Amino acid sequence: MVPIIIFGLSSLVTLGAALAVVTNKNILHSAFYLVLAFVGVASIYVLLEAPFIAVVQVMIYIGAIAILIVFAIMLTRRILSEDLIQRNSQWILSAMGAMGLFLVLGWIVYSVKWPVVQQAVPEDTITILGQELLGTYVVPFEIASVLLLAALVGSIIIGRERE
Amino acid sequence: MTIPINWYLLVAAALFCIGLYGVLSRRNAIGILMGIELMLNAVNINLITFWRYMDPVRLTGQVFAIFVFTVAAAEVAVGLALVIAIYRNRATVIVEKIDLLKE
Repeated sequence: MVPIIIFGLSSLVTLGAALAVVTNKNILHSAFYLVLAFVGVASIYVLLEAPFIAVVQVMIYIGAIAILIVFAIMLTRRILSEDLIQRNSQWILSAMGAMGLFLVLGWIVYSVKWPVVQQAVPEDTITILGQELLGTYVVPFEIASVLLLAALVGSIIIGRERE
Repeated sequence: MTIPINWYLLVAAALFCIGLYGVLSRRNAIGILMGIELMLNAVNINLITFWRYMDPVRLTGQVFAIFVFTVAAAEVAVGLALVIAIYRNRATVIVEKIDLLKE
C-alpha cells in the first residue's frame, strides 16, 4: 500500500510540475518548476530501486542543468518575460498533437503484454554498475566522455565574446 | 512488486507528451530546451522501468540511462551557449525572430 501512495504522490508532483513548466507565463518560474519535476522523477527512480540513478539525477539535472538554465534565463532577460507572450500561434494544434500521441502511447502500453519477470534486484547494484561501465561498456563509456569534452569545448567557443 | 509496470509507462508517456507540447508551443528558445529536458527524463523513466521489471540482474538499463544523462548534459551546454550567442547578436531569444537564413 505504501509504495502505491508514494508512487501516486511522486507522479502527481512530477506531472503537475511539468505542466507548470510548459504553461507558466514567467519563464523563470518555469525553470523552478523544472527543478520540482526533476525531484519527482528522482523519487520515481528511488521507487524503482535505482538509488544511484536517483542521486545522479539530483546531481546532474538539478545541480547542473537546471542551474545552467536559470543562468541562461538571467543572462537573456532584457525582455522582462511577464508581458511577453510565451506561446506561439500553433499552441492549440500542438496541444492536440501531444494529446493524440498520449492516447496512442497509452493504447500501446495497455495492449502489449509486457514480459515481466519477478526477480529481485542484486544486493550491490553500484558495484556491478561500475564493473559493467568499465568492463562490458568501456568503449561507449570512453566515447561518451569524449562527446562531453567536445561539447564543453564547443560551447565555450560558441559562447565566448568575439573581439 | 505491488505497482504494475503499466503505471510507470503511463507516467513516462504523459511526461513525454507534456514535454512535446512545451517544445512545440514555446516561443522562447530556453523554454524549448526545458521541454526537451522533460522528454529526456521520460525516456529515462522508461529505461529504468524496463530494467527493473524485465532484466534486473544485468544492469543494461541503468548503464543506458547514464549515457542519456551524459548526452543531456552535452546537449544543454551546447544549446544554452547557442542561445546566448544568438542573444548577443540579435538581442532576442524568440525563435520566430531568429530567421537569419530567410533574409
